[in-house]
Amino acid sequence: MTIRLMLAAGLVLGALASPGQVTAAPFTPLTVEALSPLEDPDQRARYERLIREIRCLVCQNEPIADSNAPLARDLRREIRQQIESGASDREIIEFLTARYGDFVLYRPPFTPRTWLLWLAPGLLLLGGGWIFWRILRARADKPIDDEEWGEDPEPAEDTPR
Amino acid sequence: MWRYLSVPALFLVLLGFFLVGLFRDPTMVPSPLINQPAPQFELPQLLHPERTLGLRDLATGEPVLLNVWATWCVGCRQEHGMLVEIARSGEIPIFGLNWKDDRAAATRWLERLGDPYVAVAVDDDGRVAIDWGVYGSPETFLLDGEGIIRFKHIGPIDATVWEREFRPRIAQLRQGQS
Repeated sequence: MTIRLMLAAGLVLGALASPGQVTAAPFTPLTVEALSPLEDPDQRARYERLIREIRCLVCQNEPIADSNAPLARDLRREIRQQIESGASDREIIEFLTARYGDFVLYRPPFTPRTWLLWLAPGLLLLGGGWIFWRILRARADKPIDDEEWGEDPEPAEDTPR
Repeated sequence: MWRYLSVPALFLVLLGFFLVGLFRDPTMVPSPLINQPAPQFELPQLLHPERTLGLRDLATGEPVLLNVWATWCVGCRQEHGMLVEIARSGEIPIFGLNWKDDRAAATRWLERLGDPYVAVAVDDDGRVAIDWGVYGSPETFLLDGEGIIRFKHIGPIDATVWEREFRPRIAQLRQGQS
């Protein structure tokens, strides 16, 4: 019974680490940005957001915002130039996925190839929740089993005198 | 029955996923450019800077290779001997894309180790490499006679890779043409 409970808890915990929740670290290493920031605050905000959405292909667990790989630097420059020349976010994302595939997106589109990736956390949560509920119900149906809990310990025994 | 099997069954499914994942190489990202027309480019040549090399020159009507390399790339040094051998055998023309490299160093490299390339384009700022979806050298593209990318290999080419990945595909392309 305890093992089942632990499994259910594990499933629920696993489900909480969903792909949609992958967010970049809250700090940025100082060494990464060599270019001066974009003048226009709107453009700068878009740039900052986009480079956190794009995965670096060289060091795959970093967004290109945090990576010092030459390719990440090139891609940042590319994104910056496209923003300056008036491309929309969607155009920039399309530009990148046409060349590198959906892999570069931390939030890939919902397609037949990714539905399992997107839905797995919810399914695991439901499955874990279902098992958990079954166990609780099974316990509620059972009369309280004195043997499982054992005799009451004698409280006087460990209390300091 | 289901009561007792549900948890082990779930466990086995997860185990299956992990087992498959364990033997897949996460550094191999499939390219969306396979079976797409190769991206246009026009770049100065390494050994003849006054001339350019472009996609036009690659679409010869015959299959060709485009090999992305650099002198800072260890895998390129590893595969260079194999490229020289392929070039010597005359099996297929090899073009080069020298990626974010030092011109003098690249020239010296070819002088010292042999030059397997029909011509090498110099991609100084990596702009063309982005168009080709390059993310780690060496990368080798197989183009058919019409300039369509048919295959891409990431990592050094050795005899095994050549035999298993390239030869059959090249033969297939040649058959399709005749």
